[in-house]
This record gives sequence, structure tokens and C-alpha cells, in this order.
Amino acid sequence: MSLQENLIKNFEAFEAQLNGHASQPEHTTRKNALEAFKTLGFPGPKNEEYKYTNLQKSLEKAFDFGKIGAEASITKEQASKYFIPKLDTHKIVFVNGKFDEKLSSIEGLEEQVVIKDLSTAFTEDSEKINKLFSKQADYKKDAFVALNTAYSLDGSFIHVPKNTVVKKPIALYFVNDASEGQSFNNPRNIFHIERNSEVTFLEDFNTEGAHESLTNIVSEIIVEENAAVEYYKLQNNKDTAYHVGTTQVHQERSSRFSAYTFTLNGAMIRNNMNIVVDGEGCESNMYGLYLINGNTHVDNHTEVDHIKPNCVSNELYKGILDDSSHGVFNGKVFVRQEAQKTNAFQSNKNILLSDTSVMNSKPQLEIWADDVKCSHGCTTGQLDEDGMFYLRARGLSVESARALMLYAFAVDVVSSIKLEPLKEFLQNLISERLQNDF
Amino acid sequence: MLKIEDLHASIEDKEILKGINLEVKPGEVHAIMGPNGSGKSTLASVLAGREDYEVTKGKVTYKEQDLLDLAPEERAREGIFLAFQYPVEIPGVSTTNFLKTAINQIREHRGLEPFDAVSFLKEMKEKMKLVDIDQSLLSRALNEGFSGGEKKRNEVFQMAMLEPTLSILDETDSGLDIDALRIVADGVNKLKTKDNATIVVTHYQRLLEYIVPDYVHVLYNGRIVKSGTKELALELEEKGYDWIKEKTIA
Ligand SMILES: Nc1ncnc2c1ncn2[C@@H]1O[C@H](COP(=O)(O)OP(=O)(O)OP(=O)(O)O)[C@@H](O)[C@H]1O
Ligand SMILES: [Mg+2]
Repeated sequence: MSLQENLIKNFEAFEAQLNGHASQPEHTTRKNALEAFKTLGFPGPKNEEYKYTNLQKSLEKAFDFGKIGAEASITKEQASKYFIPKLDTHKIVFVNGKFDEKLSSIEGLEEQVVIKDLSTAFTEDSEKINKLFSKQADYKKDAFVALNTAYSLDGSFIHVPKNTVVKKPIALYFVNDASEGQSFNNPRNIFHIERNSEVTFLEDFNTEGAHESLTNIVSEIIVEENAAVEYYKLQNNKDTAYHVGTTQVHQERSSRFSAYTFTLNGAMIRNNMNIVVDGEGCESNMYGLYLINGNTHVDNHTEVDHIKPNCVSNELYKGILDDSSHGVFNGKVFVRQEAQKTNAFQSNKNILLSDTSVMNSKPQLEIWADDVKCSHGCTTGQLDEDGMFYLRARGLSVESARALMLYAFAVDVVSSIKLEPLKEFLQNLISERLQNDF
Repeated sequence: MLKIEDLHASIEDKEILKGINLEVKPGEVHAIMGPNGSGKSTLASVLAGREDYEVTKGKVTYKEQDLLDLAPEERAREGIFLAFQYPVEIPGVSTTNFLKTAINQIREHRGLEPFDAVSFLKEMKEKMKLVDIDQSLLSRALNEGFSGGEKKRNEVFQMAMLEPTLSILDETDSGLDIDALRIVADGVNKLKTKDNATIVVTHYQRLLEYIVPDYVHVLYNGRIVKSGTKELALELEEKGYDWIKEKTIA
């Protein structure tokens, strides 16, 4: 049985365990999403959007999907070793995609702010949820979004009402337990930030155990008028960890949204970071850093859709690739006819440290408005020989010189982080990696 | 201290150095002059260990060791310093930033305790005064947006920090105004001892009024075609290189 058939068959079993949920309106959405998945199928090499990232082949090879949702158990010790040190956050822990209350801690949360696991929210806040669920991420366009939508029961619903500043960042730790068997899960997040509010999110992904894991996550983020959202995604996972993630953002008038994606390890990773800028005076930032070696494959697809005028988007992705690692960057920027006075900047820079590493970088700008400022630049090169010689001629060892130059290359992405403890944590992690692994 | 014997070096199969002979003793200052493209920077690069150049023949002995066996960083740790003719820009790396690592790796090599932050800062302050360089320049990305003169001054500052045994200054005077030239030359002179030596590559007699050479050599077409004392520099300034070129051909 093919992977796809297997997943479709599994849906019946999944439906059977839905109990009360089966009668809810979102169930229709799930069924439609499954139909869409059947039609779309896993993207193969002919799919332009997955041209360099053949997930079909890789997933077929790595997974049997015989039993989904095997019993998982993660201890407090196991979970807490993944918590970013010194970073005071609300912690929401998911084990194999399921919310784990014992491992989570939410303290001192502002009144009115709602943090709930999605399955509870589907029951308790069904009216609210049905206005938000699957309204941003389009399951008809992407097989993984379809699959996630069909299976989405777990994840989180976070609602920040208007005029609220959430002081502590909200950290979502996704820990996969692949110790007894493969882990496959489809967490779904809905973040709804109402006007004039501010919040910071962190999504962090880790795996326990030696078997393969696949996280297929979708986060839908609605940023209302004049709200500000920072969104961090941290991927320093095992060599056996596969990841497909879609973050679908909807920005309204005068809102600010910044995304930071750090990918330090994993098997095969595909990140879709999509922003629809649907209001005037918005600011959108996307930063990314990938530092990969071994056979790691990282594909960052980003999309900014400028619908309204007077907005600024700014994108900087950097990568360092060693061994047989493979990086992909695809940056789409759409500037619609109405979106005059748009400023859109995009830059992707890469350093290849080995002959066997590969980078495919493709900017894709489509501009229909005439009064805009857009720029983009992609560079992929080797470590600068002249710089290396200069530093060695000053007495630095090859390792030190290389680490210094690579750190300098990567650091501006890290410097843009606003959470000091996270910045420090990543600076240390990266400089350690550069001194040892590469 | 340094003995170069029949040194031949090529890049991309093109022979640039065609049999260099030169001996430098402790305490000496040697000036190397010569027309553009004659191989002066190539010689400096080969001595510093640049791997793009292939040494096809000859021998270089430095402090009783085969210099050509050493990696660039080993040469630096053994006391060789090259002030680059065209100092490279390194985005994101400041002088202070790499110099601390450099000094401590050199100190470790020489069996000395590493500098802590305080003693490193003290050393910095002292040497900054010597070449009259500003702290803000040292905190900026190396050579990025530096003026020509700032780049050269920064090279000499690094030389002061690393306290080399053999300094090779490749056109450190180009791009310096007259005041800067004097400051830089004063700095170099203050660093001079009876145990270290300096090779200055220059096109101008002007520098040699400040840094007075014991010997002047003319490098032409990959060979040292004439050597003399500081008066030779004066003669070259006056007559140019044509008379030497003609003599070489004849
Ligand atoms: N990478 C290279 N490939 C080919 N030729 C080179 C390369 N580097 C240097 N050369 C050549 O070697 C010759 C010597 O160059 P070098 O820089 O040593 O001259 P120089 O004496 O320092 O000149 P200047 O006074 O202009 O600084 C020149 O003809 C130059 O073009
Ligand atoms: Mg030169």
C-alpha cells in the first residue's frame, strides 16, 4: 500500500476516535480537506513548488505509517531539557502533536487571553473557532495543508483580545516521542491577535528516540489592525526528524509581523512562510538562518502578498551548508496593482563549505503596481579566500578563522532577535557549532 | 634571520619570481623598490604563506627553519607579519574581534599566558596611541568603508600589537597624507629593536627619509637586479627605472 493510500485509510480510524467532534461543523472541513488531499496527492518531482524537495520519495522511503499515534510518554526531565534557558515564557508542550498539560506551565497570563488546546477549543469555543479554522491556509492548494486539515484535532488556539500586551512570550514546544516507533503528527495552531495587541510566539521542535518522526504543522495567524506579532521558529532536531510546516499570516492595517526561522538540524525540512498583507501601513519581516551539514535538506519557501498600498516587507535569509546538505530558497513577492508605494526587499545569501553541498535559490517577484521600490539579491559562494588568508596571516588557526568568518556572516540574522535570552542562546549555539561541526 | 635563495614562484603556471636572493639580519631594514608588476607583492605573499602561489624552486630559511614548510598562521606565530598592500574587507569581523584571538593563539605558541580582557585592553590602548588610531575604527567591520589611510594605519596598529620579528610592509605609505606618513613611520621606528627586522616595499623615497633603510634593492621582472644603500633610492627617484631596465636587458 502506498503511503498516500495508507494515510487515506487511516482517516477512517481517525474519524472513529473523534467522538463528539464528528458532529461539529469543522468535520465537514476535514472531510473536504481529505478529498483535496486525495486529489492533490503527495507532491512529486513534477510539482513546481516542490521541485527540489521530493517529499514523496523521501517520506515513502522513511515511513511506513503502519500505526499512527502510538503511545507516547515524555517525562518532565525530557521535555524541560528543550526549554530555552533563561527565557521566561508560558510553556505549552505537545507530545506527538497532543497537548500535554502536565508538562506545560502557564503562569501570570494576562486576563482575557485564551490559551487552549485545539480539541478543547473546538468544543468550548466552536463558534469562534469556526470563523477562524482553515480560513487562511488553503488546503486546496497544498497537499500537506490538506493532510493537516483533515487530521487536525490537536494544536493550540491562542486568542489575544484587543489592547492587550502579552508580556511573556508564548512558547510552544513540540516534542516527538519516536522511541517505540515512528511518530507522525499534524498539529494545528490558530493565533488570533486582535487590534492594538502585542505578543511573541516561539515554536520549537524536538524528537526523543531513534525512530523517524514527521511533523506536519500548520499555524494560522491573524494579526489585526495595529497589532504586533513576533514569531520564532526553531528547528534543531534529530537527523531522523522530518518536518513540513506552513505558517499562514494575515495582516491587517498598520500591523507589524516578524518571523524568524532558525534551522540547525533535521532530516528533511520544508518551511512555508506565507504572509498576506491585507491592509495599509503594514510592516512585515522575515528572517531565516540555516546551518546544515550531513544529509540535511532544508527548503524555505516564503511568500509575501502585498494587496494594499504603503507597506514595507523585508526579507533576509542566510545559509551555511556543509557535507552533502541541500538548501532551497524560494522567495515570492507579489505586489498587486492596488499596492502602490510598496517597499519590498529580499535577500538570500549562502556559503557552501563543501563540493557536495547544493543550494537552489530562486527569487520570484511579480509586480503589477508601478510606484514601488523592490529589490532582491541572491548569492551563493564559497568562504572568502582572501579573508581567510588575512586572518591566518595574523596568527589565527584555520578553524578559528573559519568560525570567525562564518559567524560574522550569520550574525546579522541573529542580531535582529529581540528576545535577549534567545539571542544569547542562539549566538552560543551557533558559534559552538561553527567551531566544532564545520 | 631570513635567507632567500634562488626563489622561483608561479601563479597559474605563470612564473612571477625568477630567482630571488636576499638575506636579512636582525636589526636591519631593507627597502624593496621596483616598477609595477615586477613581483614585490608576490614576494611578500610568498613569504607570508599565501597558497595561491606555487614555489617551483629555491629555499627560504627563517630562524633556522624551512619557512616554506610552515602554514601562514605558523609563520605569523613565529613572528612574520605582512602589512598588506590591499588590506581585505571582512564584513562582520572587527579588528578588536579577531586580534584578541590572534594574540592569544600567538602567545600560546610562544608559551605565554593568554591575555585576559583587562591586559588586552591595556595593550590596545598603548598601541593605539603609538599609531594614533581611534577606538571606533577598531570596532568597525575590518576595512569596510575605511579610507585608504585608515586601512594602512590599521595594518601598522596590528603590527604593533603582534610585535613581529620580521615585518614586511607592502606599500604601507601609499594613500597616507604627510602627517599620517610621519605617524606611521614613527610607529614603525619605535617598534624597531636590534632583534627584529623590517622589509619595506615602496615606490617613494619619501618614506625612506623616515624609515631609513640599511639596504635598498630593485626588483625587476622577478629578480633583484640591483642592490645598494639608501643613496640608491635617491638615484631611482631622480632617474626612474629605465636605466636599470636597459642594463638588465643588455
Ligand atoms: N592571480 C594572478 N594571476 C595572474 N597573474 C598574477 C596574479 N597575481 C599577480 N599576478 C601578476 O604577477 C605580476 C607581479 O605582481 P605583483 O603584485 O607582485 O607586483 P608588484 O611588484 O607588487 O606591483 P605594484 O608595484 O603594482 O604593487 C603582475 O604581472 C601581476 O599581474
Ligand atoms: Mg604590489
